[in-house]
Formats: sequence, structure tokens, C-alpha cells
Amino acid sequence: MTSPRPLSRRAALAAGAAAAALPLVHIRTAAAAGKLTIAFWDHWVPGANDVMTKLVNEWSAKTKTECTIDFVTSVGNKNLLTIAAEAQAKTGHDINAFPTWEVHNNAQLLEPMDDVVKRLSAKYGEMSPIVEYLSKIDGSYRAMPSISGSQNKPPCARIDIFKEKVGMDLQSIFPAAPQMGPGYDQWTWDAFLAAADKCAKAGFPFGMPMGQFTDAVDWVGSVFHAYGAELVNAKGDITVNSDQVKQVMEWFKKLVPSLPEDVWSWDDASNNRALISGKSALIMNPPSAWAVAVRDNPTVGEKCWTFPPPAGPKGRFEAYLPYFWGVWNFSQNKTAAKELIEWLSEREQAERLCTASHGYDIPPFQSMSDFKVWAEEKPPLGTVYNYPMRPAHHSVASIAAQPAPPDVAVQIYNQATMTKMISKMATGGQTIDQAIAWAQTELEGFTR
Amino acid sequence: MADGSIAAAPSMPGVASYAPPGGLHRLMRRRSTIAFLMALPLIAIIVLLVVYPTLYAIYLSMLNKRMTKFVGLGNFVFLLGRPTFQAVIFQSVLFAVSAVVLKAGIGFALAHFMHNIPSRRQRILRGLLLIPWVVPLAMSTLGWWWLFDPSYSAFNWVLNAFGAPSVPWLGQTWWARFSVILVNVWYGAPFFMIMYLAALKSVPEQLYEAAAIDGASAIQKLFFITLPMMRNIISITVLFSLIVTFANFDIVRILTNGGPQDSTHLFSTYAFQVGIQSGDIPLGASVSLFMLPILAVFAFFILRGVNRRTKEQMG
Repeated sequence: MTSPRPLSRRAALAAGAAAAALPLVHIRTAAAAGKLTIAFWDHWVPGANDVMTKLVNEWSAKTKTECTIDFVTSVGNKNLLTIAAEAQAKTGHDINAFPTWEVHNNAQLLEPMDDVVKRLSAKYGEMSPIVEYLSKIDGSYRAMPSISGSQNKPPCARIDIFKEKVGMDLQSIFPAAPQMGPGYDQWTWDAFLAAADKCAKAGFPFGMPMGQFTDAVDWVGSVFHAYGAELVNAKGDITVNSDQVKQVMEWFKKLVPSLPEDVWSWDDASNNRALISGKSALIMNPPSAWAVAVRDNPTVGEKCWTFPPPAGPKGRFEAYLPYFWGVWNFSQNKTAAKELIEWLSEREQAERLCTASHGYDIPPFQSMSDFKVWAEEKPPLGTVYNYPMRPAHHSVASIAAQPAPPDVAVQIYNQATMTKMISKMATGGQTIDQAIAWAQTELEGFTR
Repeated sequence: MADGSIAAAPSMPGVASYAPPGGLHRLMRRRSTIAFLMALPLIAIIVLLVVYPTLYAIYLSMLNKRMTKFVGLGNFVFLLGRPTFQAVIFQSVLFAVSAVVLKAGIGFALAHFMHNIPSRRQRILRGLLLIPWVVPLAMSTLGWWWLFDPSYSAFNWVLNAFGAPSVPWLGQTWWARFSVILVNVWYGAPFFMIMYLAALKSVPEQLYEAAAIDGASAIQKLFFITLPMMRNIISITVLFSLIVTFANFDIVRILTNGGPQDSTHLFSTYAFQVGIQSGDIPLGASVSLFMLPILAVFAFFILRGVNRRTKEQMG
């Protein structure tokens, strides 16, 4: 055996320099830019997840980043549980899809996204003020509104029943065109009340949920906004005992007799079923109900038309529920995570996602409301043209309980304070003042 | 070997005798040490999955909403002052107590019925009656939801067919409470039945024969033989069921989501709404821990009674 040659100081230095230079010349492998784990929302619309996977794979190949995707369902609030668990454990996916209120709930653990928002806004214009309300915390955006899962909840009604029983031609008042038709200005919550009464008498009551699920809270919240009724103002003061709240409660008092008796126990699927089964003349929902009607009950599906909500004394408010893509501050690959979010939010990718979801997804920039999908979806052609908010609608995006500070608003929203007030008045035998007094006590607890 | 140690083997001729075992060696050969070591994996699992989460939940319940400040029992004090939470306490107690009483009563009756039918048929019936308990609760509750569905209720369809009006199963406070209790009873009664049936089978037949010779009636046999002999199993089953029923989540979550007007919320569903959905995890933890001391005291007394009776029987 020969003894090993001793390593000279010069040789050791040369070896060290070579090792230090190695990263500069190494060959890029599939995971050269590191790994990224993503928890996207598991889309309702069949095929939407496939397009998302395809897009991520394209980006992954381009940037040499190894991506792993999990589609986490919102059924049973599994996505909320995943977020809560990852926030507690300070480990998990790099990117998560955060439902409406979850950015605020986890703001301290989210990486600022101001740079991404700034670049995208420079390209595509401003986003809805709701986005700022829900994701800008202490002057910094903590997440980027996602395309996937973000939705509006405008009315979707039966063309035939409205023409015959209400005397409204939905396709001419709300055409699939850049301008609204004659009579648009008369589409108010009072007109809604009259239409609800006529349809109920004709045996097709409006399918407006009044329980404790989000569909109920969203549309009720938009009516409160239309009447300027705030439970808690932006400063956090309780303002439920106001003339506006009393006025909107009076409005609901008039509406309730026209609704099905069981709306107090409806969940988020009940209104869909009411439309699909042909029992209801109008619901307020994303186009998923129409899409299922086209598949399961085509005679109903081909007579549905989506259009902007009615206006109230303070304007026309439409429920908008954005999802957000956020990056944990304990992520191992923040740069790549932000790059992917930015790339997915670009117009080309956004359009592919919206098309894959048959127009269900709503991009955060109004400049993207010209995607072809909303004009091309059928039957009937143009049925969801007015699903995204367009300039001619003069609508304002609404999230129930705004402008209360978000940590208070989330409680008003999730504990369905508004629908409970109406329920106490309509079925609990309470007066409007008693319902307001009850809400006052609840709100004192929320603002502690 | 009453001292709990294993006797050392006698030394073999031709084999070099070794030094008396040291302290550690002796310790390792004690039965209690071996038993502890064998139970160690289980203890580790309990510590990891029960003790740690419980202590962590207690810690969480003593923080403020943003989890940045220790507030002691502040969350509990706050909750007790809230009318909604007071209603949740009432509903949870109503739900758990009425469901457990009904489950125990129905389980007891079914167990007697099963005990008195021939064993071949008993096997089939026993299997059929256990189905509600075996099917995952979330799935079976969805089935119930379809039966109660506000617009398309199968129950209402039958009622309407007989000319009776529809019932707002989930839309009116007391009907909604009735519905969630009904589903819990349907789900839990088979567990009571199988436990009581096992207890009934262990009651010596001679006791009934002796009582019959003495002229005891069926009621007297029930009160003076069956029930005293089943006391331990009844106590443990009721305790176990009470804890599980207080912690029930699936039924209310699926059927009513706590509505109408929060009138069916239980501790678990309210904790979920406050903690996970509304982003106040410390308050949610406080809600979920609210029954812990009460149930712990309850469990202590029941288990003490069971131990005492067991010792009396052994002695």
C-alpha cells in the first residue's frame, strides 16, 4: 500500500476555489430554482383544476422549479382547517389559497405582496376597493386576489317567467352588450320587491336564502349597503341603531311574505336547487347554478339570464367574494412563490383560468372583464355576459359588514348577524327595535 | 412472585457463577418496570395526541384574540356574559342529556328484546341494528339532511300524502332541536344496545331462577337483579356517551349549521364558528374547553363509584 500524498496548502486553496465556483457553472436541473408547494382551492367546476395544473407545469418547466400542487376543498371548511393548522405549526405549503377573510386572520404570518400588486396594477389598472379592504393591512398588501375561486353573486333569473309574470324583458334591459338597455335605472330594490310578489303569486317565489350560510349573508349584506345601513362603521363604532338599518329592516319585512317559508334553513345549495328544479324565478349566485341547470334540467338552463343587482337609495351593490393567493413568511421559497402568483395573475393565464371555469372565476382587475368567455357561454348566448361587473352596470362591489374593521366584520359575517336580525323580526316575533337591541349586544361582544 | 420480581434461576453446575445483579439490572427485571416499558409506546401516543393538545388548548384559551397577550381566564369570563353563549350552554346540555337518556332507554329496551329472541335471529338483527353506529356519521347525517331538506323533505312528502301539513324540520327552533337530537339518538342507541346486551348476558341465570322460585315478578327481577348487576356498565356507558355527545359536531354542522338563530349550536360547532371561521382561536379554544372541568368532576365520581362497587364484588 502506498501512503496517501499529503495535501499541499496550494492544492487545498485550488480545491476550495473550484468548489466555490461550482454553483456558477452547474447544469440547471428540474429543481434548479428550488421546490414550491402550493395549496390551491379545489374548484367546483370540473376541468378547472386540470388547467391550473397545466399552467403551473408550464411555469415550472420555464423556471426549473419543482412544484407540488394540492387542491384543498372548501367542503367542510377543510381549507380553513389547513390554513389554521399551518399557521399554528409555522410550516406547510409555500402558497395557500385564502378565502375572503383569512388574509386578515393570518396577516402577521403573510409575506408582503406590495411589489406584485404594484407591478400588476401598473399593467392592468386598479383593483376593487374590496381587495384593499380585505388584504391591505397596516399599509401593506398581504396577499394577491386570486382568479380561481373569486366570485360575484348577481341575480340569475328565468327569462320566461319574468317576461310573462313581471313584464320585464331581461335580455333587453340587461343585454349582452357594453351598454345597459332602457329601463335599467328602474331596476331598484322596490322593483325587486314588486317582482318577488308577482312571482310568488305565480308559484315561482324568489330563492333568496335567509339562514346562516354565505349565500344568505352576501345578498342580505348587499341590500344593507344599498340602503346605507351599517352595523359598525369604519372606526369601529356600533351604528346599528340607525334610521338606515330600520329602513332596510322594513324592506325585508315586506319581502319575507313573498319568499318560500323554509328559507330560514336553506344552505348554499338550496337556492341552486330551487332554480334548477324550476321552482324559483330568481336566485343570486355565481353561474354554477345555471351550469348545473344546463346539464341536469336544460329546459330551465336555457331560460336563465344573469344581470346586475337592483339599486337602492345609496347605489347598486353587488356581492363580491374574492379568494387570495398568499405566501407564508415561513415559506422556504418566497421569491419563487411570488413569481408564480404574479405569472398566474397575468392576463393570458387569467383568461385561460376563467375560460376553464366557464366564466365562474372573476379576475381582480376590471380591465379583464372583456374576456370572451362571458360573451360566448351559452345557452342562451350571452347568458353570463353581465356576470362580471362592467362599467355600464354602475355597480359597486360589496362584502357584507363592510366598512366595519375587518376583525369585527368577519364576526358579523360568519355569525350571520344581519340575517339573524331579520329572522328574529320575521319568525321570532320581535319588533325591529328588539332585533336591533339584540344585534347591539352581539356587536358589543364582537368589538371587545 | 407476589413481590413483583422474577426469581433468579438457580446456578447450573459447570457454569461460572456471576456476580449478584446490580441496581439497574434488578430494576429492569421487575415486573412493574417491564409493564411500564411495554406500555411506553401507548403512553407516548397519549401524551402526543391527548395530553399535549389539551395543554396547548388550555394555553390558547388564555391568550387574547391576536395571541400576543396572556389574559388568564378573561375569555371564559367574557363568554359567560354573552347571551349567545348562555344559549349555547343551554342547548348543549339539552342536547347531550336528552340524547343520552333516550339512547340509554332505547338501548336498554332493544338489549332486552335481543336477549330474549333465539340466538340465530339475534345475530342477524344485532348486525342490522348496529348499522347506524357503523356508518360514518357525516355520511348518514347527509342522508338525514335529505329527509329533512327544507324544500324536498321525504318526511314532508309522506306527511303531505296523508293530508298533513309540512313540518319545518330544520327551520323552526324546537323542530330543529328535535331533529338534531333524533339523529344523535338514531346513531348512538346501537352502542348502548350492544353494551347492555353484553352486560345482560353476563348476569347469572341462577339469580333469575332463584327469584322466580321466590315468586318475583318481571318488574322485581328488573329492579333487584338486572339493574344492580348492570350498574357498572350503565355508569360507564352513560359517562362515555355523555362526553362524546357533548363533543358532537357533525350532526349540527351538517343539518343546521347552528341555526335557526343559533338555536342548535353546541359547544363544538360554536367553537368552530368563533375559532376557525371568525379567526378568534383563543375564544374558540375557551368555548371547546368550557365543559372540561364539569365533565372531569362527573367522570371522577362515576369512575369512583364503579371502582368501589368492583372492590365490593371482589371482596
